[in-house]
Amino acid sequence: MADTYTFDAKDLAEIKKITDKYPEKQAAVLPVLWYAQDKFGHTDSSVQQLVAGTLGVPEAHIRGVVSFYTQYYENPMGRNVLDVCTCLSCQVCGGYDMLHYIEEKLGIKAGETTPDGEFSLQSVECLGACGYAPMLQVTNDKFVNHLTREKVDKLIDDLRAGKQPEFESNPMPQHEKGS
Amino acid sequence: MNNDWKSYQPLLVPAIPDLHDISVYEKNNGYQALKKILSDAKTWNPANVINEVKTANIRGRGGAGFNAGLKWSFMPEPDGKPRYLACNGDESEPGTFKDRKIFEFNPHQFIEGAIIAAYAMQIEVIYVYIRGEYRPFVQKLQRAIDQAYEKGYLGKNILKSKFSVEMYTHMGAGAYICGEESSLMESLEGKRGYPRVKPPFPAQRGLWGRPTTINNIETLANVPLVMNHGADWYLAIGPSTHPGPVLYGISGHVNRPGVYEYPAGMNIMTLINEVAGGVRGGKKLKALIPGGSSTPPLRADMLEGVTMDSDSLRQAGSMMGTAGMVVLDEDTDMVELIWRISYFYDHESCGQCTPCRDGTGWLEKTLRKIKDGNGEMRDLDLLLAICYRMEGRTICALADAAAWPVRYSIDRFRDEFEKKCKKTVYAVA
Repeated sequence: MADTYTFDAKDLAEIKKITDKYPEKQAAVLPVLWYAQDKFGHTDSSVQQLVAGTLGVPEAHIRGVVSFYTQYYENPMGRNVLDVCTCLSCQVCGGYDMLHYIEEKLGIKAGETTPDGEFSLQSVECLGACGYAPMLQVTNDKFVNHLTREKVDKLIDDLRAGKQPEFESNPMPQHEKGS
Repeated sequence: MNNDWKSYQPLLVPAIPDLHDISVYEKNNGYQALKKILSDAKTWNPANVINEVKTANIRGRGGAGFNAGLKWSFMPEPDGKPRYLACNGDESEPGTFKDRKIFEFNPHQFIEGAIIAAYAMQIEVIYVYIRGEYRPFVQKLQRAIDQAYEKGYLGKNILKSKFSVEMYTHMGAGAYICGEESSLMESLEGKRGYPRVKPPFPAQRGLWGRPTTINNIETLANVPLVMNHGADWYLAIGPSTHPGPVLYGISGHVNRPGVYEYPAGMNIMTLINEVAGGVRGGKKLKALIPGGSSTPPLRADMLEGVTMDSDSLRQAGSMMGTAGMVVLDEDTDMVELIWRISYFYDHESCGQCTPCRDGTGWLEKTLRKIKDGNGEMRDLDLLLAICYRMEGRTICALADAAAWPVRYSIDRFRDEFEKKCKKTVYAVA
């Protein structure tokens, strides 16, 4: 299993650029795990082994880091991960309604992946988009704000068709007034 | 201040199109503060820069409200070995979404402020720690940093002076606790985000055991304002005990949620009713969380005349925190709300200290029991007893942050909690 995951020369050059930012190689653990997750889609035990070997850091340390931070996928996930915020402002502005709507629509519960491997769904803590609630994040990347059922329907259709959401800018209301 | 706010022009995130681009920023007085300092290094030696910033009394915008210049002055004399500035863009306190405005709309003002901070503390490496969930914003900031390198504001011999500094972004990966400064340093060092015991304080032993200062992003974005216009000018904005512009993040049940920039010390009711367009759906205001989830909720009747600054909020029975204001209307179920906050802290406790690891779990379980209709009156006493056993008994303040909303909500919304509890009588046989 372990040998299915390797870093090629280009990867190693990128990783060198990362480690050069820090006085110690261990400091590169988080960014290199991100790099690995971008490449392989997750950071399961084989990927952890690879990162440990590449950086010369004990595998147990890498495992500790991966299990501490919520954004590293310890197991392979669906092609699209929908992280629905249900915390505080999202809670009081319908975050759970959106979560339950998506659960119903995809036929899975939060924490599960659709049988076709297309979607994983998670209920997550505050993502820092409180004024644009309810909202979700797609696979650790773009935020989709001001969710409605229609917007969720369109998002899921788009993702099925391989289209990722665009970055949504939320200007400061003072700017919009042109003052 | 009354109606002065209506004519206020934003200073941290001005309404200038494409200000994120370095050429636009330069045309609008950008990097002038840095040029002024580096071109007159005699007047603006590091000690004088620290003094100016200290006089301006920039209260840290990350929650603690500590004078930024005073914090800088704690750094020991340079000994020729590395020292670090860590910029805190973790922004994970629920209700807080302000620093992302700086990354998106005015990143160079933050970068300039961080460079000046590094100059003042004679630091040669800056790390900008940003929560992993903000990946699109990290990319925006990185583009701005690349531009600043191209123009010679970062790197070796900045603007042909003897001063050199590098700036690197470092992305977190989902952990609220990494906003706590010592946990942030652990995370930067590539470890689990376990807060460190203080002392030693970061200025003595920080990143890799070397002197380190940690400042919030918004705090640093204030620095060029002080250096361009002087501390006296800055002190005249808002209350002198808590001066300067503030990014107010207003969310929850209001008509126009969003991030607004006004002077510190804005009247809370003005912010809710006039700035954010009032409670949505014509509902009545029930409560306000003034500065992120850890700040004690205030009942609507406690808000009369209260302003958004440390002193006024302390008197009212809460805290300024991050100025992330969550507005709650009359239909809000406070028990559900406080349970969800407790769930958050239980999820985010790093697990090092028993009072926090176990306490956050017990708060969540007990509140869940009450919200599900299975609570008893004695559970309220149990909750308060758990809070007492958490507060001030742990390495970092997460336990306090988890306990306060529970303690103060039971005190301030007792009826609602009691209504959900069974009135069981235990007879002693």
